[in-house]
Amino acid sequence: MNRFLAQNRHAVQRLGFALITLMAVFTVLPIVGTVAFILVQGQPAISAEFITGFPHDGMRAGGILPAIIGTLYLTIGTAIFSVPLGIAAAIYLSEYAKDNQWTRLIRLAIINLAGIPSVVYGLFGLGLFVLFLKFGTSILAASLTLSIMTLPVIISTSEEALRAVPQAFRTVSISLGGTRWQTIRRIVLKEALPGILTGVILGLERAAGETAPILFTGAAFFLPRLPGSPFDATMALPYHLFVISTQVPEMPIQIQYGTALVLLVFVLTMNLIATFIRSRARAKRQW
Amino acid sequence: MVDKILIENLSLQYADGTESLRDVSMGIRQNSVTVLFGPAGGGKSTLLRCLNRLNDLTEVKASGGRILIDGENILDLKTDVIALRRKVGMVFARPVVLPMSVRENIIYGLELAGEKRKSKLDQAMERSLRFAAIWEEVKDRLDDPATALSGGQQQRVCLARVLALQPEIVLLDEPTSGLDPISTGKVEAALLELKKEYTIILVPHSVQQAARTADHAAFFLQGELVEYDSGKKLFTSPKQKKTEDYVMGRFG
Repeated sequence: MNRFLAQNRHAVQRLGFALITLMAVFTVLPIVGTVAFILVQGQPAISAEFITGFPHDGMRAGGILPAIIGTLYLTIGTAIFSVPLGIAAAIYLSEYAKDNQWTRLIRLAIINLAGIPSVVYGLFGLGLFVLFLKFGTSILAASLTLSIMTLPVIISTSEEALRAVPQAFRTVSISLGGTRWQTIRRIVLKEALPGILTGVILGLERAAGETAPILFTGAAFFLPRLPGSPFDATMALPYHLFVISTQVPEMPIQIQYGTALVLLVFVLTMNLIATFIRSRARAKRQW
Repeated sequence: MVDKILIENLSLQYADGTESLRDVSMGIRQNSVTVLFGPAGGGKSTLLRCLNRLNDLTEVKASGGRILIDGENILDLKTDVIALRRKVGMVFARPVVLPMSVRENIIYGLELAGEKRKSKLDQAMERSLRFAAIWEEVKDRLDDPATALSGGQQQRVCLARVLALQPEIVLLDEPTSGLDPISTGKVEAALLELKKEYTIILVPHSVQQAARTADHAAFFLQGELVEYDSGKKLFTSPKQKKTEDYVMGRFG
């Protein structure tokens, strides 16, 4: 056997290479399959009326505008709370924090925060924002809940992006009479920005697609109008999809797939923007 | 000639246990090139990093002694470290240009110091680039990214960046270690010009460079100052056996 292997080293290598390639192809299949399936099934439902109209006939006809706008509001709301806080936390962890028990505790908390099931966030948001702080079932409460869920993603990707900036830049800046904060603002943040932005978008993308955290905190079954203030409840694409797939009898399947397609496009567009930012920054990067 | 810097019984031990400087005392003359040389791990870089308090960024376990610059102990807690670093500039072994244009690199330190007047910035830029003997090579490329320059050019830009702050002391930590002989020659020539206005402390990348450039030379071995004399004496007739062995190339 050993002699066979020795004599056929190239054949063995080719076989191994083929196997690995095959496995890589298999990992892509489910993604391509899902997207293609939703695209084919949902495409007939897409029309100007579907995108810009209100649902009627018990949501069995009409459009999904309130859900699209709602998801947009929730994403923006989440960004308002989680982006500044997340980046600030990342700056603290990467640039200021010493490696001691206290910061290890913070890191541990962040890692565990990322592992909490999203429905638990939903319950927490219900208890804290909806009931205790009396925000009611509202865009505000839902955005805050989604923010907490998004924070770990934003913090860890931002921290990684900050740490990737070469230490030598910091040393040089300090040696030229820069303060820590000047160094962070003028060099470190500037260089880490594309990476941070990528992380932010990926985090928000997850928030946009979540159902469980908004279930008890801000999502409405059906609203005949668009929300007028942050204290209004709102329809949202993922929750709407859940509702029309399970709660409405005799729902035309087309509308379900159409809604899924719109949500998918929403999320994939964000993903595409993140990819674009990243690749452009890589091309321009000088280190 | 007066001593610009007076180092008294300086000792330093890093947090990982390595001892880097042991009871070092020496005076450093104004407007001259003082060379700190010796094998790796001798404490030369550590000493440089004490002079502009860059060691503040590293975990230091214990330190003792005083460093007087113009009579003031810069290791004192009350020292304005930012002002000190503007007064004591540093060029590193690897040319680290910041990820911005040549112009922005040069004026970076001045901008941090709050200088906004364009005329002042332009003036300082040209002056320092000329001093670092790179003006002719980059004057048409000031807005190009500094990383587009060659290694030797980058290092002289780094030197110019330090000079733009008009420091009084310039520390150079093996500034030519990555450079070809021609670039090295240019940097060394710039140093000889510089000492008319600045006090220069150089950690050379070879004994030969030490001998070529030193007005005064200090030989460091494992954290201790073995011998300190004028360059001429130290490289032709050293008093210590260890110094002689190292200069002759018998070890190191």
